[in-house]
Amino acid sequence: MEPAEVEELRARALRVRRAVLEAIHAVGSGHEGTSLSMIEILVLLYFRRLRHDPAEPLDPGRDRLLLSKGHGAPGLYGVLAEAGYLPGEELRSLRRLGSRLQGHPDAKALPGLDACTGSLGQGISQGLGMALGIAARGGRQRVYVVVGDGELQEGQNWEAAMAAAAFGAGNLTAIVDRNGLQSDGATEDVLSLGDLGEKWRAFGWQTAVVDGHDFEELERALDAVERSERPGAVIAETIKGKGVGYMENAVEWHHKPMSDEDLELALAELRP
Amino acid sequence: MTERSTREAYGRELLELGRSNEAVVVLDSDLARSTRTELFAAEFPDRFYNAGIAEANMVSMAAGLAAVGLIPFATTYAVFVGRAFDQIRQSVAFARANVKLVATHSGLAAAYDGGSHQGVEDLALMRVLPGMTILSPADYAEARRAVSSAAEIRGPVYVRLGKYEVPDLPAPSATLPSGDRLMRDGEDVAVLATGPLVGEALLAAELLAEEGVSAKVLDVVTLKPFDPGLAVAAAACGAIVTAEEHNRTGGLYTALLEALAELGLAAPTAPVCLRDEFGQSGSWRELRDHYRLNAAGILDAVRSVRAEVGVR
Repeated sequence: MEPAEVEELRARALRVRRAVLEAIHAVGSGHEGTSLSMIEILVLLYFRRLRHDPAEPLDPGRDRLLLSKGHGAPGLYGVLAEAGYLPGEELRSLRRLGSRLQGHPDAKALPGLDACTGSLGQGISQGLGMALGIAARGGRQRVYVVVGDGELQEGQNWEAAMAAAAFGAGNLTAIVDRNGLQSDGATEDVLSLGDLGEKWRAFGWQTAVVDGHDFEELERALDAVERSERPGAVIAETIKGKGVGYMENAVEWHHKPMSDEDLELALAELRP
Repeated sequence: MTERSTREAYGRELLELGRSNEAVVVLDSDLARSTRTELFAAEFPDRFYNAGIAEANMVSMAAGLAAVGLIPFATTYAVFVGRAFDQIRQSVAFARANVKLVATHSGLAAAYDGGSHQGVEDLALMRVLPGMTILSPADYAEARRAVSSAAEIRGPVYVRLGKYEVPDLPAPSATLPSGDRLMRDGEDVAVLATGPLVGEALLAAELLAEEGVSAKVLDVVTLKPFDPGLAVAAAACGAIVTAEEHNRTGGLYTALLEALAELGLAAPTAPVCLRDEFGQSGSWRELRDHYRLNAAGILDAVRSVRAEVGVR
């Protein structure tokens, strides 16, 4: 990746963070921390990895992106707006009555969303079905699933992990947003996830553990796991609330209304 | 009288669908021998996914397969529908995914396996989901039709099947647009039955005829969307009995009461069903006799509703 390309991605991530927080502030509801921790992951996917065309959001030939951690919806909407799937001003309709930007991703409402998620733990299974269906028809599209770390406490993920390896879903990539926090506290305090890299390896996935805010590391990791014929898991170590000092690693910013002052402080930090 | 099982109908019809429609794929959860999906698996191994003993993953996988244009039939026992209810709710119903959920061994049919295995609340679980079509066929031929029409319906469908062989039913007097069937016309009492209780309702109607009571027997195949015409036809008889191998709440009885209330109709109505209780081990025949989910139970219910309206 050229330095100028990295700079461009950083600039996009910054714009998305600002837009996401403005949207959450406007409605007074939404998950800040979990949206901010995965911005680099989504920006890299939409601007470097996915074969997609915002003008043709239902093109069967597109790569798929499922946000299994559906409460990160504002983050995804922000990146979709940056990519041109929706006008930037529509972000202000987040969580409003009649909006296409439902509290959790509703694929019926907004073309460009590839799955309905929200109840945690279902994304990898859905992505696996897509990956197998695509492969069965000789398609070359890849399916990416972004999954939360706390979410991995849901047993269905491990059913899916077992099945993906057994079915040889080499066109499936899961990216774990390993921000270490969940609603009630640190994942290791609430219910320890242990060594996630080892767990995914043991389930038969090609696995990499990287800094989830470093575009170049993320890209190298994706390149590495996607070379394998096995499903790929990238454990992206991230910071919940990344980019806004008072939100970083702060459990309360899992989900908390932002005051005008909170927004002002955040935007002051998120300057180019 | 020929007796065949509705699960066998499923296995055979899946084979036909597999041959005529390349989009049809099948998932099972380690029950392929029992649910008869093994017939499809043997001919189309590349279109069969055994998800193992993991119903939640199977259901969400099916939604993913549907999202890329396939028509997945996800298969398990009726009792395990509850195991994957959240996945059916979000990955399938909320997403309006074109997934076909097929459950065998419904009602008391898991018989000797006992109450832990008897799926007597699946209709209630499926009925509360917006957009879910529910088909509950009564015999082999109707089950084949239900499976093939499930493939044609765009959107989620739940097909409720049995385990044991049941008699092939006689031809209906009329088939309604909903697929429901008028099996026998009558005017003194209406018996709305679904699944294996339809055959029992016909037996009961014959006994009633000997007593000079003319019973209308309706085979309710499409539990959802429930045809309000059934409530109108039933209320016209002035007394109604429903019959289902299901718990009292949330199934056919409830569907009929809702329709009557919405239409402002009233008639004494008695259910033949489980009375808010779980089943137990025994042969299917013994269980049906024990819980009165049989012709005798229907006769009793008919007498009680007719007594209520003041006739004998």
